[in-house]
Formats: sequence, structure tokens, C-alpha cells
Amino acid sequence: MAVSIRTDGEAAGLASSSNRSATGASWDQPILLRLVSIALFAGIWEVAGRIPVSFAFPTFSDTVVAFFGLLADGSLATAYLSTLQPLVLGVVLSAFLGVSLGTICGLWRTGEWLVIPVFIVLQAAPVAAFIPMVTFVYGIGMTAKTLAVMILALPVIVLNTYKAVRNVNESLLVMCRSFLGTNWQTVAKIILPDASPVIFAGLRLGVAAGFVGVVLAELLITPTGIGDLITFHRSRADYAEMYATIASIIALSTLTLVFLQWVEVRVFRPESRGA
Amino acid sequence: MGATALRNGPSPVPAPIDSIVEVRGISKTYGNVEALRGIDLDFPRGKLTSLLGPSGCGKTTLLKIIAGLIRADGGTVAINGKRVSAPGPERAFVFQDFALMPWATVTRNVAFGLELRGTNKAEREEIARRYIAEVGLAGFEDKYPHELSGGMRQRVGLARALSVDADVLLLDEPFSAVDEQNRRKFQEDLIRLRTNQNKTFIFVTHSIEEAVYISDRIVLLSPRPGRVSQIIEPEIDRSGDPERIHRDRHYLDTVDEIWQGLKQYVE
Ligand SMILES: Nc1ncnc2c1ncn2[C@@H]1O[C@H](COP(=O)(O)OP(=O)(O)OP(=O)(O)O)[C@@H](O)[C@H]1O
Ligand SMILES: [Mg+2]
Repeated sequence: MAVSIRTDGEAAGLASSSNRSATGASWDQPILLRLVSIALFAGIWEVAGRIPVSFAFPTFSDTVVAFFGLLADGSLATAYLSTLQPLVLGVVLSAFLGVSLGTICGLWRTGEWLVIPVFIVLQAAPVAAFIPMVTFVYGIGMTAKTLAVMILALPVIVLNTYKAVRNVNESLLVMCRSFLGTNWQTVAKIILPDASPVIFAGLRLGVAAGFVGVVLAELLITPTGIGDLITFHRSRADYAEMYATIASIIALSTLTLVFLQWVEVRVFRPESRGA
Repeated sequence: MGATALRNGPSPVPAPIDSIVEVRGISKTYGNVEALRGIDLDFPRGKLTSLLGPSGCGKTTLLKIIAGLIRADGGTVAINGKRVSAPGPERAFVFQDFALMPWATVTRNVAFGLELRGTNKAEREEIARRYIAEVGLAGFEDKYPHELSGGMRQRVGLARALSVDADVLLLDEPFSAVDEQNRRKFQEDLIRLRTNQNKTFIFVTHSIEEAVYISDRIVLLSPRPGRVSQIIEPEIDRSGDPERIHRDRHYLDTVDEIWQGLKQYVE
């Protein structure tokens, strides 16, 4: 039970923070504030790198230079090509599978009893520990990486979807029935739109977890892609390159989450756009 | 009794000439709470009938049984002579809590009943626009529910029920979440709608004044178990100024009469 509470907390936290940035998206000074915040961050990084806090900690400017170096010699592109395939595949599969499974469990008692406990355990478990096992079974290829992504991404997506569907607004269900909605119409026109904020909170957490999964897989087992690039530069003590790689994947992950939120507001909850 | 027709006792009321909804022997028990016992009622076509009674006497339960949203333990409901036990196109419900989809505009909410029926988009939006204007919300077509006041939201709920062109409109305390000014305005609109639309309204309320003001017929329910205790037909001329009606002798007498009848159930 503690597990499910955790999901709620995370979902709620993310939902409220997303609300805040949605308010910011009203295109006035918040943009400026955000730029200031980024500049401040870069400044502190630069100072920390110059002190230096550690010989392995590059300055911000060195990291930026290293980033363009990696872009120019093509190593970043090659690494992302290898990392993005399992990541995108795993995330897309988790999203479809997770939302479908969660919806079914939310609607159908037997499914709930069969499936939900598994995901509660999975979410509680330090799933990263399964990754070597996955490699053992599926080798070190694309399948293993995709599975690593899914193991991390799926539980939170399933559990959030399940909870959202479970807690759908009862009076809207009655309304739909009174206006002669069929079961399919009820799911498509009431349950999913009503559940979408919590489902999307789950998707955002799932996508973030998918990034963790793919990097872990590449660091732990399959020395390819971004994980390999990080390990490689560390072994050569090219710390600026290493940090540039790490920063690039963090940036990509952030951009993906922002995009997901944009889709949510655009497609599912137009009323929250101006709110 | 002046112009007020009064029939006493729980015995079945003689059927009026043309009743659109016939309720026979309806009973309903929740666990060990007997919510309704042996309800026999006829609702005359084209009239506004109120179900009035103290809290917990089973008004909502009866209305939802007529709507087909709750199954009765015993008895039957017939609409236009046909027995029903599920929601149908001849009835439309207006919900106490509005039940609007927050992610949909006023137009889509109003057109939702038609959307579920598969009416094409252009046609249903045309119909929705007409009823949005009818309930006085023209100009708000593209707003979302959270941008509207409580009174306006309930107008959306009313327009949605009107747009499916049902014969019977079922309203469960539609004004309880609406402020007093809006409530007055809304009551006047309802009287006007009833004259224009030629629909049958079944209206749940626990306000005696409201019931007397808008109803052709008032069914008083007594609690534990819910039964019909009295049927009153206030014959009030509503053509004039609404303020005058509120000072009308018959109006005041009827309100007082009902209050005398209900007082025994209130501690
Ligand atoms: N789902 C339910 N489960 C158990 N008891 C219920 C349920 N719904 C209603 N009741 C009980 O049945 C009785 C009648 O309820 P109902 O909601 O029909 O009353 P009401 O006249 O609409 O009251 P109010 O004026 O408060 O809305 C009440 O005593 C209530 O507690
Ligand atoms: Mg009620």
C-alpha cells in the first residue's frame, strides 16, 4: 500500500508542478524568469568548475565546447542512434500497453486482481536489479535494452492509469448512461478524458523512468550508445565530454516531458490551456 | 380551499385524462433503509409536477427510478404506456451537480446527448446553438464550464436535456447549487420554457415556495418509508408579473397549507 501512496504523491507532485508551468506558458515574463534561472544555473556551474570542487568537475564553458566537439565528430549522433531505438520502442510500447492494461484493470475486477499486485511489487522492487537478469536471458542486443526500458516505465504507467480509471467522476458516468451512451462511448468519451491528467502524470514518470532504464542498461551491460559514450570518456578522463554527454541526455529527457505535456493540453484537456 | 384542489391520503389518485408517466407500486429499499413504499403516481402530459418533501424522503430515488438510472425492487414505470426499466430517448435528466464535462466547451456539452446518438457534427452543433440561446447563454458557446457561474452551468445542463428533444424532463434539485438571484431568474425561465416547449417536467425540490411558484401539481412525499402523502394543484395565474405572484393570496395560502402538512416531519 505504501507503494501506491508513493505513486499518488509523485503523480500529484508532477501534476501540480505541471500546472504551474502551464500557467507560465501564458507567454509573458515567465519566459524571462526561466531564462534567468538557466543563466543562474550555468553561472553557478561555471564558478564551481573554476574553484574547482573536484578535478573531475569541468566548467560550464568547457562542457559547452566539448558538446560541440562531440556534435562535430559525429560520436554523439552515433551514440543517440543506438540509444534512441530501444528507448523510443520501449517507451511507446510501455505507453500503449500500460494505458490499455491500466484501463482494463480499472474497469474489470478480475483483471485488477490478476495484474495490479504484480505491478505494485514491480514498482516497489529496485527493478534495476533485474537488468542483468534480462541480459542473461535476452543477450546484449536491442531486445534487452528495450526490456530494460519497459521494466522501469511500465509499472508507474499501469498503476497511474488504473487509479485514474478507478476514480473516474461517478456523476459523469451516470450522465453518459442517462443520455444513452454505450459502454465503448463511456470509455472513449468520459473515462479516458476524465482520467487523462493522472494518466499523463504516469506517462511522464514512465518516460523519465525509461530514460533511466536505457542508460542503466548501457552502463551495466550493453556497452553501446550514450551509456558507452559516458563510460568511454570517463575512462579517458575527458570529464568535459562526459558531462556534455550526461547533460545532453538530461536535456533530451526534459524536452520529451515538455512535449508530452504539450500534447496533453492540446489534445486532451484544452480547458486547462488558459487556466 | 379556494382555487387549490386538494386530495388527501396515500390512496391511488384517479388517473388524469392524459398522463405521460405512470408509476405503479414502486418500492425501493437500500440495505435496511426503506426509501420508497408502494408509490402510485401519474404525471400529466405537458405539465410541471414537483416532488416535494423533507430530506431523505426518497425524492431523488423516485426520480432516478423514473429515469431508469436506479432499479426499483418492485413496481413498474410506464412512459407513454410502455414499461421502461432503463434510460430512454423520451426522458432527459438535469443533474443536481450539473455533470458537465470540464474538458468540453458549452457547445459540446449541450450537444453531447446528440453526439452519443450519432447525429453529425454540423447538425448537432446547430441544434445546440439554438438551445444555448433558448436558455440565455448566447455568446458563451466556446467557453468551458469552469469559466461559467453555477447558474450558467445549470443552464448548460438544461440546454443539454432540451436538445435531445425528450418528452419528459427530469430535474433533480437543479437550483440547489445556484445562488438566490439566479434561482429566481431560472424559475421564471422554467415557467416560460414549460409554456413554449410543450414538455413534461418532473421537478424535485425541497423548497415549498419554489414548488408552489412553478408547479402545476405538487406531490408531497412523507419520509421513512417514502410515500405519497398529498397531491396539490396550485392554480396560480403565472401570466403576470413574477413579483405579483409572490404576493398573490393563493400562492401564500398554498405555501402555508403545505407547510402545515409537512411540519409534522420536521423536528
Ligand atoms: N445509494 C444508497 N445507499 C444507501 N442508502 C441510500 C442510497 N441512496 C439513498 N439512500 C437512502 O434512501 C433514503 C432516500 O434517499 P433520497 O436521496 O432519495 O432522498 P431525497 O428525498 O432525495 O433527499 P434529499 O432531499 O436529501 O436529496 C435516504 O434515507 C437515504 O439515506
Ligand atoms: Mg435528493
